[in-house]
Amino acid sequence: MLIRAVLHRIATGLVTLVVVSVLIFLGTSVLPGDVASIILGQMATPESLAALRSTLGLDQPAYVRYFLWLGDLLSGDLGVSKAGAGAGTGGTSISEMIAPRLINTVQLAGAVALIAVPLSLGLGLAAATYPGTRLDRSITLSTLGLVSVPEFLVATALVLVIAVYLGWLPATAYVSGTETGMALLKTLALPTLTLVIVASSQIIRMTRASVLNVMSSPYIEMAVLKGLPRRRIVLHHALPNAVGPIVNVIALNLAYLISGVVIVETIFAYPGLAKLMVDAVQTRDLPLVQACAMIFCSAYILLVFIADLASILSNPRLRYPQ
Amino acid sequence: MPALLEIDNLVIEAAGGGASPAPVINGVSLQLDAGEVLALIGESGSGKTTLALSTLGYAKPGLEFRAGEVRLNGDDILAMPADEKRRLRGQRVSYLAQSAAAAFNPALRIGAQVTEASVLHGQLSQTEADRRATDLYRALGLPDPDHLGRRYPHQVSGGQLQRLMAAMALCGKPDLLVLDEPTTALDVTTQIEVLKAFKDVIRQEGAAALYVTHDLSIVAQIADRIVVLYAGEVEEYGTVDDILNRPQHRYTRQLIGAVRPPPDSTLRPESLEETRQDVPALEVKDLTAGYGRKHASGHTVKVLRDVHVAVGQGRSLGVIGESGCGKSTLARVISGLLPAMQGDVLLKGQPLKPSLRQRERRQLQKIQFVFQMADNALNPHQRVDQLLGRPLEFYFGLSGEEKRQRITELLHMVELPAEFSERYPEELSGGQKQRVNLARALAASPEILLCDEVISALDTIIGASIIQLLKRLREQTDVSFVFISHDLSAIASFADDIAVLYAGLVVEQGPANRVLAPPYHPYTRLLIASVPELSQGWLERTLEMRETQASIDRAVEITDRGCPFYRRCPLAIAGTCNQEAPPLRNLGHGHSITCHRSEAEL
Amino acid sequence: MSTPVNNPTGESGQTGAISEEQPRRSLKFSGAGKTGIVVILFWITMVFIGPWVAPFHEAEFLDEALFIEPGLDDPYPATDFLPPGDVAYLGTDYLGRDTLSRLLYGARTTIGVSLLSTLLAYLIGITLGIAAAAGGRVLDSSLSRLNDAVLSMPTIMLGMVVISAYGSTLPVLIALTSLIYASSVFRIARAFGLDIMVSDFVDAARVRGEGLGWIIRREVLPGMILPMASDFGLRFVYIILFLSGLSFLGLGVQPPQSDWGSMVRENLAGLPYGAIAPLIPALAIASLTVAINLVVDDISAHHGGKLAEKII
Repeated sequence: MLIRAVLHRIATGLVTLVVVSVLIFLGTSVLPGDVASIILGQMATPESLAALRSTLGLDQPAYVRYFLWLGDLLSGDLGVSKAGAGAGTGGTSISEMIAPRLINTVQLAGAVALIAVPLSLGLGLAAATYPGTRLDRSITLSTLGLVSVPEFLVATALVLVIAVYLGWLPATAYVSGTETGMALLKTLALPTLTLVIVASSQIIRMTRASVLNVMSSPYIEMAVLKGLPRRRIVLHHALPNAVGPIVNVIALNLAYLISGVVIVETIFAYPGLAKLMVDAVQTRDLPLVQACAMIFCSAYILLVFIADLASILSNPRLRYPQ
Repeated sequence: MPALLEIDNLVIEAAGGGASPAPVINGVSLQLDAGEVLALIGESGSGKTTLALSTLGYAKPGLEFRAGEVRLNGDDILAMPADEKRRLRGQRVSYLAQSAAAAFNPALRIGAQVTEASVLHGQLSQTEADRRATDLYRALGLPDPDHLGRRYPHQVSGGQLQRLMAAMALCGKPDLLVLDEPTTALDVTTQIEVLKAFKDVIRQEGAAALYVTHDLSIVAQIADRIVVLYAGEVEEYGTVDDILNRPQHRYTRQLIGAVRPPPDSTLRPESLEETRQDVPALEVKDLTAGYGRKHASGHTVKVLRDVHVAVGQGRSLGVIGESGCGKSTLARVISGLLPAMQGDVLLKGQPLKPSLRQRERRQLQKIQFVFQMADNALNPHQRVDQLLGRPLEFYFGLSGEEKRQRITELLHMVELPAEFSERYPEELSGGQKQRVNLARALAASPEILLCDEVISALDTIIGASIIQLLKRLREQTDVSFVFISHDLSAIASFADDIAVLYAGLVVEQGPANRVLAPPYHPYTRLLIASVPELSQGWLERTLEMRETQASIDRAVEITDRGCPFYRRCPLAIAGTCNQEAPPLRNLGHGHSITCHRSEAEL
Repeated sequence: MSTPVNNPTGESGQTGAISEEQPRRSLKFSGAGKTGIVVILFWITMVFIGPWVAPFHEAEFLDEALFIEPGLDDPYPATDFLPPGDVAYLGTDYLGRDTLSRLLYGARTTIGVSLLSTLLAYLIGITLGIAAAAGGRVLDSSLSRLNDAVLSMPTIMLGMVVISAYGSTLPVLIALTSLIYASSVFRIARAFGLDIMVSDFVDAARVRGEGLGWIIRREVLPGMILPMASDFGLRFVYIILFLSGLSFLGLGVQPPQSDWGSMVRENLAGLPYGAIAPLIPALAIASLTVAINLVVDDISAHHGGKLAEKII
């Protein structure tokens, strides 16, 4: 039963991935004007267009191109970018452009996850353990405010206060790749802080809500009537039942970080993958947009998959069938 | 020496105070001696659970203690600081909730939950607690006591879980046990064994018990004294014998009057079979129905197998069976909500199309469905006049003054004042909602009324008044009733004919007086034996019967081969009953039994 | 049996008490909720009258002469990134335009485009959601699959992919946004719809012989209106944030049209110098979104908090 549930989940994950790749491909490829004409721009002659089209394989029907693209993608070849491309040449390899950017983004996201997850679990559980107290009310109110404001407000306010008025940290986060130690930490500090605030507020709220939801079940009242202390009730009786929803919330919010990352990398001029993608969208560099979108969506689907797996594994009904 | 538990002038009100409505508990006083079982009886909303929980120093969220004292061995519980209250709970007083399925934490093993409180309170070491738990499992008659603690709640049956909760409550050897409707959610046949296990273990442990219930017959089996609670006040207080045989107060008398008499064939007049018409108002022929794909073999669950029943004009057919026997499915098939796989539904001899959409409006109008839960059957966004008006418009094209007049008539038929047409369902009480639900079905001027468990969600007195109403409607109109219930005494008091359904098979049917008299199908006998009687000692008597013995710890199972009752049957013939479908034995007078055993053996 | 009205212990005797205790609950707003309503009403008013109450035109470069201070002998004072003062109450932007005026003009685009997208998302989402709930298993599962695929991409990714291909004109933005958010509306409408479709009162209507159209109109829709209304608020907030995010990235509303998100972007250069020009429009967005959330909170508390579970 358990194995079947896991296998089923893996299968749907893979199907979703394929559907998403089709959507991304359709969104960018079935259009008037193809990559070749975008690459060659004004100076295109019918001959050079045709030549570039056949090098890029654009003269093939859409479904053939999709499978070629997918095959390249699976073998790690992300195609060529418009950047640096001229008549007859293929342009820069996307894999090479993406690699250093991806490392930067993973660095940032990793730092955020390491801080945000324990922090928000702690605060969420604290609020749920003592609902209605001043602690709970201040946590609920400030997180309600924070989830409903745009990420760039958090970022600009932090820059104004911490970088400009207090002068503690640099206002931009341009990394050249040579920084180490303290310098790197300082550069990363503000973007990380912004994302931690944005991601935590949602996780705190949902952790509190899921635990409180469980706390209204009859078996919790039973635990109270057995004379158990409140902390034990929350941690030992409520938490195991809230694991599924909480892991889901964490995964969804880490995935939701993706949009936060896009904004934050732009504000702080942080050379990550998201900034690369924003620039690619502005220059209409379709192959690069496709590649970046595929990476972000895969990460998102993977996170959601892990969360579902955790909630399947935390369910005793599936672990121990009747 | 003071009593074990003394409650003095207790007042509990809605929290917040201010211009508060009537208190939930209004000046209640009572006493309970060690080793005694006191029953707390009252209808929903009488405050009985609130009063019971006060012995644990606990008030449900939204309620607060206003005045009075609750003393356990002389210590005032309400005055205790939170920490001391915590030590009291699970150690000196423990609580058994109505639904064990909801009260056990699904994520933790049973053993850990049973022993948790006594280990945490420092009464027992984990090893001692585990041993005590195993002893209790054995004393409660639970299967495989040595390994039961390792299982999760979803891995055991409802009746077992209810007994496991008793083990959880008793593990810390409490002085006082509070049982809150602990058998209400169970089927009647399961109720007997659980009740017996509770009774024995309470005696054996020597604990005092506060037993909360709405069911007087249960009280008669287990309690020494009774407190009758009405609207937060003690209406009457006395020994079981006094209250049952010499009730003083009007409400107590009403309560006893509402207890339906045990099903007894002699109470019913011999029905006049000669008056039966040739063509019944409704007939169901060789009906097979279920869920799942229609033609894909193997995937279907057949909930009904070759069912054949009929209702004569102006008569009432009672359909009885435990949960999971297919009673509601039968009603859904007749109404067309669930198309049958095979067989026919005949209205006055005319076959109906299996699916709703294919039936004509005129046919739909003649069969009306009264749903079990009025709460869910009445759209909360429609007023009573809209609810009742729609069928009038839809079937008869009524409007304006004509419609209004008819609505008033309908309300009058179900004994509600005409002003109720302005109300929304949430402004009505449970019984009133059920009356509106009934009126909506009557608005269609039906020939057949399908009543699916229409009184099972109601308090005893209100349920009894609904049955009165149905009886009157049957006398005044020519409507035929299909009355579905799991409550044999309700069926016995209303139905002319009875069909006994077990796991989708009609095991016995015929006129009520024949079905309720020997020869019985073994399942019918079990059902009759399981209906609690308002007399002390009934529990012991009924448990001596072979039918109840044989069915202990067995649930309804749907089988494809042989007789589905095989595993619970005291008369089962190994090799025959589990292999071959039982034959239909016609006993004359329209009475038939489906069993391998002969009439003489039954 | 006596008549029910005179029967003190029968259920009818309780009618008086019950109708007094449980009048039809009317929605009451908390202090925070009332503040939220005031703020929302203020911005809605500004959508209509903003350009008339604004002190300057949104594109007007403020004259240096306005800022010459009598004591100081500077005939050419700087006009960009000025802090709040007597002339520009909320300061000026990177080109020396009045921030307050641009804010009041921008309200029209930001709120208007978001509201239009939300309405469209609702039209599509509810129609398909109810169709899935009431239309049988095949329709339901195919619509749900498609919807899952859309929901399995981060909204901003989907937005960027489409904008990279189609450009960011207003029609593209509105169509894109409403389609993306229609998928969340679909999910909720379907959940509510399914809940109601299996209730006994719908079965009762079906047994009566009512058609699907009547059942949806009279039995299903009335039960969905209030819960969906508060979801509408939340969805509106997400759409404002989404569109502002796109504008902020330079992928949303294009100049010369201005909206709050792009105002943040164009003034970002002043941030390292402590200019508040990028902060003001961000605060304006926040004031609106927080206000809506406060009101939604009150409405969902009115539903006993059950609503929040479904919407999340």
